[in-house]
Amino acid sequence: MTIRLTTAATVIALLFGANGALGADKPTDPQIAHIAYTAGVIDIEAAKQAIATSKNKTVVEFAESMVRDHEAVNKQALDLVKKLNVTPEDNDTSKALSQAAETKRQELAKLSGAEFDKAYVENEVAYHKQVNGALETLLIPAAQNSDLKSLLETGLKLFEGHQQHAEHVAAELK
Amino acid sequence: MLPARAAILTLLLGAAAVAAPSQAETIRVTIDRLVYAPAEIQAKVGDEIEWINKDPLVHTATVKGGAEVLLPAKKSGRLLLQEPGSFDYICRYHPNMKGHITVRP
Repeated sequence: MTIRLTTAATVIALLFGANGALGADKPTDPQIAHIAYTAGVIDIEAAKQAIATSKNKTVVEFAESMVRDHEAVNKQALDLVKKLNVTPEDNDTSKALSQAAETKRQELAKLSGAEFDKAYVENEVAYHKQVNGALETLLIPAAQNSDLKSLLETGLKLFEGHQQHAEHVAAELK
Repeated sequence: MLPARAAILTLLLGAAAVAAPSQAETIRVTIDRLVYAPAEIQAKVGDEIEWINKDPLVHTATVKGGAEVLLPAKKSGRLLLQEPGSFDYICRYHPNMKGHITVRP
């Protein structure tokens, strides 16, 4: 619990903090594209871990829907950056997200059965909430290109759906 | 010439008038960027709803404790309305997508 909260807090600080990795500057479109794409990849990796580990049908089905949706959206994102001739640019926020995800992955790897299921689904709720917060308050307002902004807005709607889906699964596990 | 044309017209109108009350309709709902449009539908028993999914995502139209129509990415799905009532439905994978169907007898 403490580890999870600390990790989440670190990432949020990096995403929002004026003294964080992004500094006072807003992220540029190539950075935003990279952050959004990385956020999707992280959730796909987490879902694959769940599919390999969980024996719970509801959890596995949830994880499969995460892989399916995030792959579809990331494909759209790749098509868009190609169309716009933008090269996604790695940045400290993307790095912090990946690092936090790796810590989480290792933490979950130590669990199994109902303990794993609960921890995975709770993290999915927290993770989507965190990404939605970043989309709403930082990434969408900062996006310059209207196509990118529109894709991020659809992404927000989708991830809000995922958050609710994860909350339903979490309630079912209790 | 003219009377004949009038007769045909009458015949056509007559046929339409007879057919209309019992004819079941297909009501189309489009899904675009995780929104059912229109979200609110008025229908009658015997009508069919066709959901046209324009998203590259799999959706469903799921009535709580009732019917579920799976809507694969870029595909459509249908539901025959068999009983009257007022139904809320959602997408099972994205529960923030919401629609409502009122079915008259």
